[in-house]
Amino acid sequence: MKVAYWPGCVSRGFTPELHGSVAQVAPLLDIELVELDRACCTGAGVIAEHNQELADALNARTFALAQQVEGADLMMNICSTCQGAQAECQERLDANAEYRSLVNEHLAPEGLSYEAGLTNKNFLWLLVEEIGLEKLTSLVRKPLTNLKVGPFYGCYIVRPTDRLGIDDAHPRDTYLAQVIEALGGTVIEYAGSHKCCGFPIITMNKEVSLKQAGRHLGDAVDANADCLVTPCPLCHLNLDLQQPLAERAAGRDLNMPVLHLPQLVGLALGLSPKDLGMARHVVKPTAVIDWSTSVVAGVGGASGGW
Amino acid sequence: MAGIADPPDVAPVEDHSSELQEFTLRIRRFNPETGEAPYWEEHTVELAPHRSVLEGLLQAKARFDGSIGVRCSCRAAICGSCGVRVNGQPGLACHTHLDKALSTAKDGVIVVEPMGNMPVIKDLIVDMDAVHWKKIQRVTPWLINKTPIPEREYVVPRESMVDVTQTMACIQCGACVSDCLSMEVHPEFIGPAALAKAYRFVGDPRDAEQFERLNDLSEDPAGIYDCTHCFKCIEACPKGVAPMSQIMRLRRRAGSDHDIVDRNNGQRHEETMTKLIRDFGLLHEAEMLPRSYGGYSWFAKFSPAAGLELLDSLPVITRALLRRKVTPMKAIFGHKIPKGDLQSIQRIFEEIESKEERVEFNLYISGTDEDNAENVKEDDA
Repeated sequence: MKVAYWPGCVSRGFTPELHGSVAQVAPLLDIELVELDRACCTGAGVIAEHNQELADALNARTFALAQQVEGADLMMNICSTCQGAQAECQERLDANAEYRSLVNEHLAPEGLSYEAGLTNKNFLWLLVEEIGLEKLTSLVRKPLTNLKVGPFYGCYIVRPTDRLGIDDAHPRDTYLAQVIEALGGTVIEYAGSHKCCGFPIITMNKEVSLKQAGRHLGDAVDANADCLVTPCPLCHLNLDLQQPLAERAAGRDLNMPVLHLPQLVGLALGLSPKDLGMARHVVKPTAVIDWSTSVVAGVGGASGGW
Repeated sequence: MAGIADPPDVAPVEDHSSELQEFTLRIRRFNPETGEAPYWEEHTVELAPHRSVLEGLLQAKARFDGSIGVRCSCRAAICGSCGVRVNGQPGLACHTHLDKALSTAKDGVIVVEPMGNMPVIKDLIVDMDAVHWKKIQRVTPWLINKTPIPEREYVVPRESMVDVTQTMACIQCGACVSDCLSMEVHPEFIGPAALAKAYRFVGDPRDAEQFERLNDLSEDPAGIYDCTHCFKCIEACPKGVAPMSQIMRLRRRAGSDHDIVDRNNGQRHEETMTKLIRDFGLLHEAEMLPRSYGGYSWFAKFSPAAGLELLDSLPVITRALLRRKVTPMKAIFGHKIPKGDLQSIQRIFEEIESKEERVEFNLYISGTDEDNAENVKEDDA
């Protein structure tokens, strides 16, 4: 399938391994990526906090660019925060024709216009709803047998449920668990899976932000997870990049690897940890889990990898 | 001749909705006065599926154990007394149907717990005074009159009262407080209910001290900038108040309308993110931290506040560089979108930021085109 692909900022900035792993995984899943490289940051809710019309216009421009991609089935993003910020703007734009045309006036000089009704799915939703779990399982070359994975969703992709289309027919707040199972892994339930990583307030109240990250990581450790997986690069920043400081805030050792969703999928599809950029993490998954002989050969035995 | 049509020749649909059904409730019991630990207790009640969890609790209390503690009054989602957690989700016990609760139960048993973030007095009754009402009192929850007070009624524009309607729908049930993820690790945070209440007065044109209120809430180290955008309060609220949206409006008014530069970096963070996107199109992450601490300038990294913060984050910065998560080139120059597109982005910024009045579209007030069309149809009928 062909998608208008919105990678977001952080996947091309401080978590380059995310963008890279999507490029590796997409061909294996038969996804053709047409990158929206002319679009700007979604504003992550902060521009909307500053000026709603501005956030809506900037995102309407991205949607309009996506709608111009010929033959694309839908728009795909790889960031929970982008999904949430875009869904918020899209909800307003789709709700009211008068407001939409007011916003479209800002796009007119470029010959762009957003038509209501764009389908914009996070990679996670696309995996379950477009590719399908059965198909995904059939593509697995190295099942994640014995790997205990804790899902970490990120707020923006699970709340508010009505805006994000989460209902009985689309239990999107359970999809990570379903994907982990489809890849052969074991889902670890722990208190923090649907909570906030704390990243949005890291510059305003660092202590509280890191306490949040530390608490969820600690809960995952206590539940015996081998690693966490997240569809959100901003959560990844607080859970992985900031983990040494989160350890300080939580007052305990954590040493919990955090994988990006496409990395976890890539491992099961047979890609190497190195190709998936796992050496770039602050808590190197390779230092904690031995991926060399099978995907999971045991926990804590490896000396640090490559 | 036109007349009343014959009833269609089909068998009448059987209505099972009022038939009694068994529901098992797993209630969390705790009485701090006994010194015993909390425990779970199960009771099976018999009620029609459309009846509420509260009715289930009251039946369990009447039939099996009169000592179950639950607070309630109106039983019609108006008084806000019966806030609890059903299967982990906060809400009103009287506003949650048993069949709906059963559909979200993990093992066929409906789990009922007291609300979170507040101490338990007994069983399902939490101490609202200790947390919720203290925080409400914190935001000066009354109108401070402008002087001179008009001899007759205040005349205010309709739009400005519509603007605060959403916050006025709050029934003080505490469901949002129960699930606030910032309060979970940071009990001092003023929290969603009280901040929504604060907007009720900040948005009221009759109030004399809007700047003072905003200044106070911005400068408070547990104020408006400690909300983490987790949407829990929006999801929890049974009345559609969307407390988080009200907190964002408080920030918009404080930072953009009153230019309050707070000591928590809140305004600078918002300004930095917005301007970095204006100047680069994408987020220049390496500049976020120094400029949020030191102000929007390349030299911000040399300011004492930013310097101290960078020093504190040194272990993280070093590892990020060592692991090639961030290259020095990217840290210095950031990433940009093509020049022509950046110019378009900057034009949009210019067009919107130069407007005299900010445009805000609130779905709670405006409704969708679909809703409005249906309302017109109903009115015509």
